[in-house]
Amino acid sequence: MIKLPLLDIDSLAVDYQTGTGTVRAIYDVSFRLEKGETLGLAGESGSGKSTLGLSIMRLVPYPGVITNGIIRIDETNIMKLPEHEMRSIRGKKVGYIFQDPMTSLNPVKKIGAHFVELIRTHEPIVSEKEALERAKTILKNLGILPERINDYPHQFSGGMRQRIMIGLAIALNPSLVIADEPTTALDVIVQERILDLLESLRKIYGMALILISHDLSIILERCDRIIVMYAGQMAEYTTGAELHRAPKHPYTEGLLQSIPNIELSDQKLSAIPGSPPNMLNPPEGCRFWPRCPYVMEICRLKVPPLIAAEPNHLVRCFLYGEKGARIE
Amino acid sequence: MKVENLRKYFPVQKSFLEQMFARRMRYVKAVDDVTFPIEKGEIFTLAGESGCGKTTTGRLVVRLLNPTSGKIYFNGSDITELQGEKLRLLRRKMQIIFQDPYASLNPRMRIGDAVGHPLEMHGLAKGEDKGKMVLDVLEKVGLTPPKQFINLHPHQLSGGQRQRAALARSIILRPEFIVADEPVSMIDVSLRTTIIDLMLTFRKELGLTYLFITHDLAVAKYISDRIAVMYLGKIIEMGSKERLFLKPMHPYTQALMSAIPVPDPKRKRKPIELKGEVPSAITIPQGCRFHPRCPDKKETCALKEPELVEIEKDHFVACHFD
Amino acid sequence: MDKVKVTKSMLARLVHNVGSLTKKGPSGWMVIIGIIIVSALVIMTAIGPWVTPYNPSESNVGPIRAPPSLEYPMGTNHLGQDMLSRTLVGGSIMLQVSALSVLVCFLIGVPLGLFSSYTGGYLDSSVSLVIDAVYAFPGLVIAIAVAAVLGPGVVNMALSIAVVYIPSYFRIVRSQVLSIKELTYTEAARAAGAKWYTIITRYIFPNVIPSIVVVATVNFADAVLTAAGLTFIGLGVTYDIPDWSWDLTNGWKYLSSRAWWIISFPGLMIILLALGFTLIGEGMSELLNPKLQR
Repeated sequence: MIKLPLLDIDSLAVDYQTGTGTVRAIYDVSFRLEKGETLGLAGESGSGKSTLGLSIMRLVPYPGVITNGIIRIDETNIMKLPEHEMRSIRGKKVGYIFQDPMTSLNPVKKIGAHFVELIRTHEPIVSEKEALERAKTILKNLGILPERINDYPHQFSGGMRQRIMIGLAIALNPSLVIADEPTTALDVIVQERILDLLESLRKIYGMALILISHDLSIILERCDRIIVMYAGQMAEYTTGAELHRAPKHPYTEGLLQSIPNIELSDQKLSAIPGSPPNMLNPPEGCRFWPRCPYVMEICRLKVPPLIAAEPNHLVRCFLYGEKGARIE
Repeated sequence: MKVENLRKYFPVQKSFLEQMFARRMRYVKAVDDVTFPIEKGEIFTLAGESGCGKTTTGRLVVRLLNPTSGKIYFNGSDITELQGEKLRLLRRKMQIIFQDPYASLNPRMRIGDAVGHPLEMHGLAKGEDKGKMVLDVLEKVGLTPPKQFINLHPHQLSGGQRQRAALARSIILRPEFIVADEPVSMIDVSLRTTIIDLMLTFRKELGLTYLFITHDLAVAKYISDRIAVMYLGKIIEMGSKERLFLKPMHPYTQALMSAIPVPDPKRKRKPIELKGEVPSAITIPQGCRFHPRCPDKKETCALKEPELVEIEKDHFVACHFD
Repeated sequence: MDKVKVTKSMLARLVHNVGSLTKKGPSGWMVIIGIIIVSALVIMTAIGPWVTPYNPSESNVGPIRAPPSLEYPMGTNHLGQDMLSRTLVGGSIMLQVSALSVLVCFLIGVPLGLFSSYTGGYLDSSVSLVIDAVYAFPGLVIAIAVAAVLGPGVVNMALSIAVVYIPSYFRIVRSQVLSIKELTYTEAARAAGAKWYTIITRYIFPNVIPSIVVVATVNFADAVLTAAGLTFIGLGVTYDIPDWSWDLTNGWKYLSSRAWWIISFPGLMIILLALGFTLIGEGMSELLNPKLQR
């Protein structure tokens, strides 16, 4: 029996139609996610990783438009779903953790009210009392005293607020959770706790996780498979171990060489020259060529296709020929 | 540069009525008795999580804030109380780079004007001379061709480029000392090394001394000579880079280092668990301020505040172990 | 040679900026329409004296209270003066008064706001208190009070309107300064050793200008209407020179006798002028501080 993937994305493209021009925020993104798997989306500013996370929920803000591609969640093609059906998927099938816990919670609503509203919107049969009970259980799993259900968001610290966000994202037991830079605004010790919490909840409830971050270290540590995004395209897609052992895309190479590793001494770090491209006017051909140490003529002219340099290791670079061998 | 017993307390804003009837003022003790020396040519890092007081200390050192008590010495002289013109003259020798490249440049000034403005402020160069110095310094930070950049506005530059412009602005006066407040935290990872390497180059070429402020210990390890780890307004461990990273002694330092992710999927870290959260700087715990969260706490920890003691050459710790 | 080039480039930039307004959606169009209306009225008033078919002040060029016809497209008023001619030149005083009052407000309100809020402390608190007190009064009431003291006349009208509006400039400038003062680039300037007036003039003021422009346009619109109000109650224009509000004042009594044209055309002009400025102000305010969409 063929195991059908939880999430199946095929040739996704998203544009932002701004007053000053069209930004091709995402182009030709395809991947699959199995149940219970963790996928890391790594990338820097302009890479499109956040937009990708939002597209999965069809929450791309105006003036963003999905211009191509099919997204299937549990075999359901969500592209043409009417809004009310989409709403029942959001929260129930797919949970989303936003980046900034400070502003993602309604300051005039008690924490309990946040949970109750969420639960009762999707399961109207549940009574308020029941919903509150469920909320209290979730708070316990988050490591927050259940009595605090009547507190307001401002009474919690940043780290605890993010835990509450996680709680809200998993409250309805979704099969997939998308975490968009969940720890960027937090200190490193809190970050560790949040990520551990996410991991343990994931295991308990058997959820798949898409972790979006610019911090390649946490992605390497915690994700089974990783997509490295650059300027809206998938630069490389493989397992974490493989990415670290033998990165293929020059961008990934450069990225790995620029991250300081606290466990090493006398590191020689190097930066990638240049800057991420202006997405209103990206370079012709491969979007990375102006910064690439191995640039060739063809790179300036054509966009390299995503090919399998090795089974389970996709890369978008002309350095890798038909058979996956690296051209030197 | 030497900082002695520096304290900065911010009074907690109270309502009018509370102010009339309250007996005691409450303070946010952002910096609470901090002492450290910085040698010439050194890169000294203040590390710690948010709220530990490192940013406030940085601003106190360049006198953007005035200390509540304590002393600051620069090149041997006491600069704590300097005012007016003398303070302005001092500013030529000390500069500061800020964390947010999007906010530290005036959106209405062209890059050329912004970078050259310090020269005007101190009447050091005008017109053509100023122009030449601006082009020269833009070249140095890698914003080439400089002629192209002088007429651009900040919003036309990327984050990394803006930070380079800010760096250019800070070195144009040829200062002796620069405070860098989280200069790379808001820049893309692949570009951070550029800025850091520029700073290192300038140390050699221009004889600069740095006070580097960061929450990222991995970056601290890459760039520093000596490091001081702060917690809730106090330095709890300080020493040369080698000593500190080889054998961190304070439980907080150990926990901090163990929590830092490592870009290696095979490495299995064992993070040290800390109880609770960082308390507010208004109600600092009695005794050792870290004791409520410390995994190794003893009885004395709740009673007496530990002093910063040199336990081996160039390695100071404030803790009551043994 | 250099100056010609600079002016040309400035004009080019101006045209480009105005052109780019068309792309910015409804608010951009508001600004453009407003500019067109205002410019049209200004030009009309400027060239008016040369194109009037009759002398606007001359009485009895035609029958009294004659309805609009080919000879007198806007009819004549109770003194037999041609309404078209009067309408063409009648904006002069209103425009002068508004412009003057905006200028006075700007020259007083803005520096006061800049200096007071930057200094802070007791000075700022006391000045704000006084300003807030003035602000609390309805504009027309203050204008009437001041005009009553100063007497009629163009300059005095401008001054009385100015007094009403200075608080608005002050408050906008103050709120902007207070927030910009805390921004990092201001800190950076201080850290580099800038003197306080350098910081105000080169760091704070240029960033305050957008908000001032918006207040200025609203100021203009309101000044027009207040000027009309002052004239109406006899504290503005008091002698017979061609002026929209003068015609308005004298013409409304003839409404009942169905001589609608005497007040309609001048009234329409006043409305258009105020509308033009308001459109510019609203449009610019929307452009500079866009409201959240959807």
